[in-house]
Amino acid sequence: MSEQTQLDATQQLAEIKQNYDEKYGFHVPERYVFKAQKGLSREVVAAISEMKGEPQWMREFRLRSLEIFYRKPMPTWGGDLSGIDFDDIHYYVRPTDRQQRSWDEVPEEIKYTFDRLGIPEAEQKFLAGAGAQFESEVVYHSIRKDLEEKGVIFLDTDSALREYPDLFREYWATVIPPTDNKFAALNSAVWSGGSFIYVPKGVHVEMPLQAYFRINTANMGQFERTLIIVDEGASVHYVEGCTAPTYSSDSLHSAVVEIIVKRGGRARYTTIQNWSNNVYNLVTKRAVAYQDAVMEWVDCNIGSRLTMKYPAIYLVEPGAHGEVLSVAFAGKGQHQDAGAKIIHAAPRTTSQIISKSISMHGGRSSYRGLLKVNAGAVGSKSNVVCDALLMDELSRTDTYPSIEIDEKDVTIGHEASVSKVNEEQLFYMMSRGIDEDTANAMIVSGFIEPVAKELPAEYSIELYRLVQLQMEGSVG
Amino acid sequence: MTAVLEIRNLHVSIDGKPILKGVNLTVRQGEIHALMGRNGSGKSTLAYALMGHPAYTVDEGQILFDGQDVLEMEADERSRAGLFLAFQYPVAVPGVTLANFLRAAINARRKQANPEDKGISIQEFRRLLLSKMQMLKIDPSFAGRYLNDGFSGGEKKRAEILQLATLEPKIAILDETDSGLDIDALRVVAEGVNKLIGPNLGVLVITHYEQFLNYIKPQFVHVMFDGRIVEEGGFELAEKIQEQGYDWVAEKYATT
Ligand SMILES: Nc1ncnc2c1ncn2[C@@H]1O[C@H](COP(=O)(O)OP(=O)(O)OP(=O)(O)O)[C@@H](O)[C@H]1O
Ligand SMILES: [Mg+2]
Repeated sequence: MSEQTQLDATQQLAEIKQNYDEKYGFHVPERYVFKAQKGLSREVVAAISEMKGEPQWMREFRLRSLEIFYRKPMPTWGGDLSGIDFDDIHYYVRPTDRQQRSWDEVPEEIKYTFDRLGIPEAEQKFLAGAGAQFESEVVYHSIRKDLEEKGVIFLDTDSALREYPDLFREYWATVIPPTDNKFAALNSAVWSGGSFIYVPKGVHVEMPLQAYFRINTANMGQFERTLIIVDEGASVHYVEGCTAPTYSSDSLHSAVVEIIVKRGGRARYTTIQNWSNNVYNLVTKRAVAYQDAVMEWVDCNIGSRLTMKYPAIYLVEPGAHGEVLSVAFAGKGQHQDAGAKIIHAAPRTTSQIISKSISMHGGRSSYRGLLKVNAGAVGSKSNVVCDALLMDELSRTDTYPSIEIDEKDVTIGHEASVSKVNEEQLFYMMSRGIDEDTANAMIVSGFIEPVAKELPAEYSIELYRLVQLQMEGSVG
Repeated sequence: MTAVLEIRNLHVSIDGKPILKGVNLTVRQGEIHALMGRNGSGKSTLAYALMGHPAYTVDEGQILFDGQDVLEMEADERSRAGLFLAFQYPVAVPGVTLANFLRAAINARRKQANPEDKGISIQEFRRLLLSKMQMLKIDPSFAGRYLNDGFSGGEKKRAEILQLATLEPKIAILDETDSGLDIDALRVVAEGVNKLIGPNLGVLVITHYEQFLNYIKPQFVHVMFDGRIVEEGGFELAEKIQEQGYDWVAEKYATT
């Protein structure tokens, strides 16, 4: 399958010469029912809560989080955050009054946006459910009837708070408290939208559930909040895609994603992020896996000015397994600071990290990882592989692997490699008639293949295409 | 019309060090030539220079193919014009399957012939590849393996000939395709090459061993010494080298 998709993507290369601006960078005229003033204050936070008609506890949670945000210093590690002006951001933009369950009822311009991005088509073809967030609110949400009948909940997070208040409150912020880091605190204060998923015991959602996040307004901050609960023996695959128009001024995307996988459950969270080059993408993602549960993050970071994202998995009961597979592409003016964090906190837990980064046209990628094995996590196993590919002399790559092992009886493997696009490979391929650009694209596709092959065909095609689009160098 | 590869007074250097010092050689479609010579005499250098490896600088001379100036062309253009090199040391490309690679190579050719071409269909490609694999006794599972990645020495050589068979060039250079093959593989590969040989294919075989030449029967044998072709003849020249080695060549042409 992947063999086919990889080639199809290569063949499409010729047809996708149009640049990011045309394909994803367009924007529709701004039309919103409410747009908060720029800047952050108790009043703005209270107004968001008010407008959403939230219960008192959530309003207090937000305000408390805002205090934490103010108190916490900016991170001094990772990437350059000095370009973020917290006073120059719209924290809440409400594009429409009502959420729809049919695309036909979605307001024309918003529907046009998602049509152009191919979302309704994808939903029909291969999704079990789809959501679409435009600015701060989810404008469309739908799930297949049969899954709904089995008790699967797939809602935007705001609706879930209204419709399932107890379930919601039981798990809310239990994996990532607002005190975790400055941006988690910010998200906790101004969050809006995102997905809420609950999969009941033993239910398998065979096809992916997908949400698509779109920023349209300049100087906008998008702060969606996703909470996924996979009950015992259940399984789900959730996919998120993201794009934004290219503006000269910057936007901020700062999401929080919390996942709970109970005994014997299985969750996979796939991100195909394709932000324009003016987006700061600072996301906190963390999952807890209980006994014999499996948690997988598949994280494809394409685009953005700066991404700081280190999906984490806490393996808290025996036999839990965690995986983080990631691909990052850093092009001109971009810094991808990405990685993974895995904590082995119980016996016989296993994990794998595969990280692939490509730097080109002066881009910079960093792998930042933490692997921790607590005392008592006997018989645990982990394998970490991070490979970086440098496409030219202007680009840069670094690795910051951190491994803390407090238990003797463990098996840990770690490999890191940096390679340059090899003149001999290029010559060999060209000697068969393949032109240089295509040969380069094939080498890069081959490089990310170990991650791409894990994706459903539709998404691996998308990944190959996005990477090739970036390689065209037309972006930025 | 028969395509002709014409090498005239070719001088090639690597990092400023002269390796080829005036090579003259003409290979026509339909002809079989053998190129022999000591280790380090410059045979692979000639092969790389013909194919356009960027590390090999042509300081003097000409290469003409089908009336075109080959030196003006990039490696991919040379390939699409009908030149082929079976590498002495094929390069691995992890993550790219042999099938994908070949399909891209075929499509590059088709696109050259017709810019509107949509590429070979999967079914047609599969049929083509399977029949060629059968001919060379290559297990079909190789199509899905990453190009030369973890292939044994002999498997790599077979895969080179598979590419030759699939791409159907006008002139092919086989750089020590026979070395590293076991006796049975040698026969299979030689028989495979023999089937391809005909009025539409000219071959320049670089080899150290008469055995391979026994199979494919070159009409012309050339001996390279210190960057020049110094002896030329028929099959009997290959036999002489098999019996006597190269000392006599060295004695005759050493310029001390
Ligand atoms: N990349 C390179 N850098 C420096 N010297 C090189 C390079 N490639 C080839 N040479 C030198 O050029 C000379 C000719 O090498 P070449 O590979 O053409 O020999 P050959 O006739 O193919 O030998 P063999 O029979 O061992 O394959 C040798 O002295 C070799 O060391
Ligand atoms: Mg050689």
